[in-house]
Order: sequence, then structure tokens, then C-alpha cells
Amino acid sequence: MTKGFTVTLAETGAHFTCPDGARVLIAMEKQGLRHIPIGCRGGGCGTCRVFIAEGAYRTRKMSRAQVSEEQERAGYALACRLIPESDLLLRLAGDGQGV
Amino acid sequence: MALTGVLRAGFVQLRVLEMDEALAHYIDRIGLDLVDKAADGRVYLKGYNEFDRHSIVLREADAPGLDVMGFKVARESDLDAFEKRIGDFGLTIDHVAAGEQPGVGRRIGLTLPSGHRIELYAEMARSDNGPITENPDIWRDDPRGMRALGFDHCLFYGPNVAEVSRFFTEILDFGLVEKVEAPVGPIAVWLSSSTKSHEVAFVDHPEPGKFHHVAFQLESWHDVGHAADLIARYNISRDIGPTRHGITRAQTIYFFDPSGNRNEVFAGGYSYFPDHPTRVWTVDQLGKGIFYYEKELNDRFLGVVT
Repeated sequence: MTKGFTVTLAETGAHFTCPDGARVLIAMEKQGLRHIPIGCRGGGCGTCRVFIAEGAYRTRKMSRAQVSEEQERAGYALACRLIPESDLLLRLAGDGQGV
Repeated sequence: MALTGVLRAGFVQLRVLEMDEALAHYIDRIGLDLVDKAADGRVYLKGYNEFDRHSIVLREADAPGLDVMGFKVARESDLDAFEKRIGDFGLTIDHVAAGEQPGVGRRIGLTLPSGHRIELYAEMARSDNGPITENPDIWRDDPRGMRALGFDHCLFYGPNVAEVSRFFTEILDFGLVEKVEAPVGPIAVWLSSSTKSHEVAFVDHPEPGKFHHVAFQLESWHDVGHAADLIARYNISRDIGPTRHGITRAQTIYFFDPSGNRNEVFAGGYSYFPDHPTRVWTVDQLGKGIFYYEKELNDRFLGVVT
């Protein structure tokens, strides 16, 4: 089994594995899953914004128009820029439906 | 000269999150040429079919989206004439000094009722890497990546589409090529200053100043297919396509740059002349207008903007 972390959506209990070093949204889409809405996949649009309720993680640069410094400190991130460092529990906090 | 006033969409300055990733995308994948990395951090690019110094300007920032779209006018005196007409329309003009972008003359700028900044300019230095003009080969160097010829148009999302359309047609002398007409008025407009099907388009959206896409011209449907192959091979973030537009009849793919700014590669489309009537779509047929084969819009195309 690929080394990775389990990402769980708090609302539904849906979960999937994110390989070590991979971005949550990209790993999810590669498995054909749509638990988190998919937008630009580049940290720009806010469609895949989530609140990380539990777990350790790092992020790549995200649009400040979508995640302010205060929101980032409070635990919000864009799933397309979110890299787990432990298992994660997420809540959806995005702008739109995506696809 | 038959074409006067505003000639064309000349440049667009976009914000990107990480410059190195953006340059790999726009140069290696789209196929633009690097013109200059300026001391202030902005990077200037152009397509191989463009005579002017640059057409795409990238600026690293903490949020992606549009800084400004520039339209080139035929003569220096046009700037003064447009400044008066824009003032009479009730919009406030500001002035950007020559050289603020390297090689570009003075610009006049304004914020549209949709929240987008546009500028007009008459002078831009000629590229030393533009199309050959004496016994010309078709290009200097093999085109790279998607083989983009150059900057084609932008589409913006914002409020007050009817007012913006009136500004472009009455003040800048654009033609209204196509529109989507709702009972409340136009909710989307495609506007041309030339014989292209459009130089700029606007779609009604509550939040002002949003950037929907920048389009690059390709030679053919075959090149659109080649671009799709590159999108698949290099895992470029795809929105939709290859497909065709009912509006403009062009062939297209939408995808995203690494900062989430939407790109389009665009081939074909009809020629527009100022005596042509406006083609009108009803809201119930908008899906067919935007995506002619699918006949429906995807939520991502409607809602995802920077």
C-alpha cells in the first residue's frame, strides 16, 4: 500500500488516501472522487476551500483573496494547495459547486 | 487606413502566485516567447506572430487575477479624442507615463462600470523577434508547446454589463458582435474593434473586477487537438474541451494556469464587419451558445474566476 494519510470529510464521513507529499484535491481527483468541489486546482478561486478540524499540514501559496492571513491562522486552506503531514479531518468551506 | 481608433486588444497584465511556475506554463506549454524580465519583477512575453514588443505581462502577487487590459489605438491624437469622449461619458481618466511598461508610450486609463481597469495607448516598440517582413519564412524558430500565435482576447465577469456595452460601442466605437439578452437586458456581450469576432467580452456577475479568461490564438482545429494532447500529457488543469462555441463559432479548450487564472486556446471564428447585425441568444439557449456540442454550461465555467 502507498504510504499516505487518510483525509476524512466531517460532514459525510467520506474518506480517501492522500500520498505523502501530494496535494489533497489532486490526490482525490486522481481517484475519481468528488468529495470536495473542484475549481481551478491552482490556489486561485476558492471553490475547494476547507476548514481543517484536526491534523497537521502545510500549504503552498494560496490567493489572499480566497484565504486571508487570519483565516489561514484559524485553519482554513484551499484543498488544491493543502499537503497533509498527518491524517486530516476536513469541513467544506468553499465558494461554489465546482464540478 | 480603413481601421481607425481602437485597433485591437494589445496587452494584458495578470497577477500570478509563483513566477517560475507561471513562466514554465506560458513559455514551455502555451509557447510564448520571453521578452524581458524587468527589474521590478514583471515579466514580459509575446507570441511569435506578434509585431509589438509584448502582449502578456505577468506580475507576482499574493492573489491572481487582472491588473489591466490595454487596447492599442491607431494614432497618438486618438488618445486625446478618446479622453474627451470618455470624460463626457462620465468616467474618470488617469494617466500612465510613457515607459511605465518598457517600450510603451503614454497610456490613458479608467475603471469600467464592471470594475475592470482598461488602458489605451498608441505607441509600443516593435519587437526584434516578430514576424519576418522580407521574403518571410512562416516563423523564425519552430513554435513551441501549443504554438500560440499571440494574445487574442479577454473575458471578464462583473456587474453593469449593459453600461459597459454602451461605453464600448458609443465611446470606443466597438461593434456589438453577439449578446445574450435576458428580460432585464443584456447579461453577456462580445465586443470587437476589428474584424475579429471579439477583442473583449463581459458576463454579468455580482462581484466587480473578476477575471474569467485570457485567450491565445491558434492556427487550426488540429492545433487545438495538439493543445489537448499537451494538457493531458503534462497534467495541466483542464476546465472543458476541446469543443466549439456557438457564439463566435470558434474551436476551443479552457484550462488554468498554475495560479488558477483561466486560459483559452482559440482557433477559427468568423470575421466581423461593422455593418453586420448583432447575433442574439436567449438565456434558455446559453448552453448551446457557449458550448455548442455539450449544449450545457458546467458550474466551473460559470463560477470559477480570479
